[in-house]
Amino acid sequence: MKSGKFWAWVVFGIGTAYFFIPLLATFEFSLRMRRGVHSFDAYQVVLGDPRFQATFLYSVIAAIFTIILGVLIVVPAAYWIRLRLPQLRPIVEFITLLPLVIPAIVIVFGYIRMYGSNSPLPFLASDLGASALLVIGYATLALPYMYRAVDTGLRTIDVRTLTEAAQILGAGWSTIIARVILPNVLIAVLSGAFLTFAIVIGEFTMASLLNRPAFGPYLQNIGANRAYEPAALAIIAFAITWGCMSLIQILSRFAPKSANRPN
Amino acid sequence: MAEPFLSIQHVRKSYGTNTVVQDFSLDVEPGEFVSFLGPSGCGKTTVLRMVAGFEEPSAGKIVVAGKDITRLKPNQRNVGMVFQAYALFPNLTVAQNIGFGLKVAGMAKAAIDARVAEMLDIIKLPQMADRYPYQLSGGQQQRIALARAIAPKPKLLLLDEPLSALDAKVRVSLREEIRSIQKKLGITTIFVTHDQEEALSISDRIAVMYGGKAEQVGTPFEIYNRPATKFVANFVGTLNVLEGKVTDAASGKVQVNTQEVSLKGKLNGSKSGDTLSLALRPEAISLARQPGHDTSLSGEIAEVHFLGSVIRVRVGIGGNTVSLDTFNNSTTPPPVVGDKADISFSSGDMLVLH
Repeated sequence: MKSGKFWAWVVFGIGTAYFFIPLLATFEFSLRMRRGVHSFDAYQVVLGDPRFQATFLYSVIAAIFTIILGVLIVVPAAYWIRLRLPQLRPIVEFITLLPLVIPAIVIVFGYIRMYGSNSPLPFLASDLGASALLVIGYATLALPYMYRAVDTGLRTIDVRTLTEAAQILGAGWSTIIARVILPNVLIAVLSGAFLTFAIVIGEFTMASLLNRPAFGPYLQNIGANRAYEPAALAIIAFAITWGCMSLIQILSRFAPKSANRPN
Repeated sequence: MAEPFLSIQHVRKSYGTNTVVQDFSLDVEPGEFVSFLGPSGCGKTTVLRMVAGFEEPSAGKIVVAGKDITRLKPNQRNVGMVFQAYALFPNLTVAQNIGFGLKVAGMAKAAIDARVAEMLDIIKLPQMADRYPYQLSGGQQQRIALARAIAPKPKLLLLDEPLSALDAKVRVSLREEIRSIQKKLGITTIFVTHDQEEALSISDRIAVMYGGKAEQVGTPFEIYNRPATKFVANFVGTLNVLEGKVTDAASGKVQVNTQEVSLKGKLNGSKSGDTLSLALRPEAISLARQPGHDTSLSGEIAEVHFLGSVIRVRVGIGGNTVSLDTFNNSTTPPPVVGDKADISFSSGDMLVLH
């Protein structure tokens, strides 16, 4: 028993070292901008850069719209497949996996050809259209994560019986999804939303090729031209990620408990 | 004759080539409590789901209060339903669950609160309003589900095996409570169960179903004492079946093993030489001759099970075995296996199964 515990701690220690040593090294390197002393100069430079603020804000807004679009598409789709079309599940799962197999660069080249200024749907003819196309592209990239998260959430509740219980009480489809299904898969949706946020914040290919002022291309630009600022940006990105995770943990406390206990 | 409140007319349901309900018809009077009783796969839940609107009949019509609801969606039927798996909304409190249907109907908050309080009083759980379903026991959850179903004052209440997931003690108390609430509100109710005791104890009438058809519809007394078919006789209650041979059709003589019984007027056209299945309920049989019993058969004690207040005895009569219960008497020891014994019964209690 004691020996088992010892080895568990050893494994935990190795894992922690594996994740934290590079992070600590990056953090330490980000403090070396001023020669001979540790300082937060790199952070000051990055945070004071108006392009950082603009691109970060752009990506945050894009992420929010991507999450909304993803929820609007995935929740009703996953719900309907579970309720009425379970035979389609393998096909839909395959489709949602395609963004992992098809590189983003292929998707974005397809977009440029399909939605150029001469096409019937000229998304790329305006800034707003291009940004909308970027959000649509991001929703596609996030599909594997969002669909799986929501589908797993739906698996924990008795979708059919809850739907029928709501129906017999007079509820229509929109009420059922908004007031019965969505609240009960909220944690799953939040997990999907968090993953979507993480993907969008760091995404480079689509934003760059659609020429959008997003955080990903800014990161790449800084990384290619500066020494200490990229390390500071990496630490900031980690802080944002952890902030998101903490937020989800806090929100999950308010989520409904779905355990249906036997008597 | 008054018009029935619920009329299920020649309803059929098929999935491809598989017909699960065939030509099912039933009229239910206002305020009546009717149970659909049958084994798994007999079509009882499918009929209930067609009444609820979750399944569309392949043929036939369902009429409630004179209105054809066959093609109406479930949310347009004004029907309440309690499910086997409770189906309480996990994200809502007890009060919110009960008020769900009222809120959907657009009722004012004050009126919803008043109705929820009234429902909580009816189910005797007034202190549970702010709890979540996961904080309740199975019995409490099912009570809340019942309150939720009746809160919007539905025309019809459907109960889909609501007691199946509960333990034995809770089942008995809850079924009595369901019946008492149903009587108090006078709501027409359909109750689906595979448990004969449940159906017999709380129903006004029972429809015994088998193979997608109603084998017999009648009061619990009729179903138990005058089963119309062999299936009903076997399914409802315990039954002893004896094989007999008609020796004299005119005088109703039937030979069981080597002994003769008289079943005058019960042979329904059987001819001499025909073989028959004769059925007897255990409670109709006594060990030794009793007053009022006009028939007796001799046999041998085959098994004796001491169950406390009751002793279950099995008596072998030729190739047949008859089961009967006798009350335990502290001054009389139980019969001994291998002893000769006579059983007696009234020939009027013997059923000829078709």
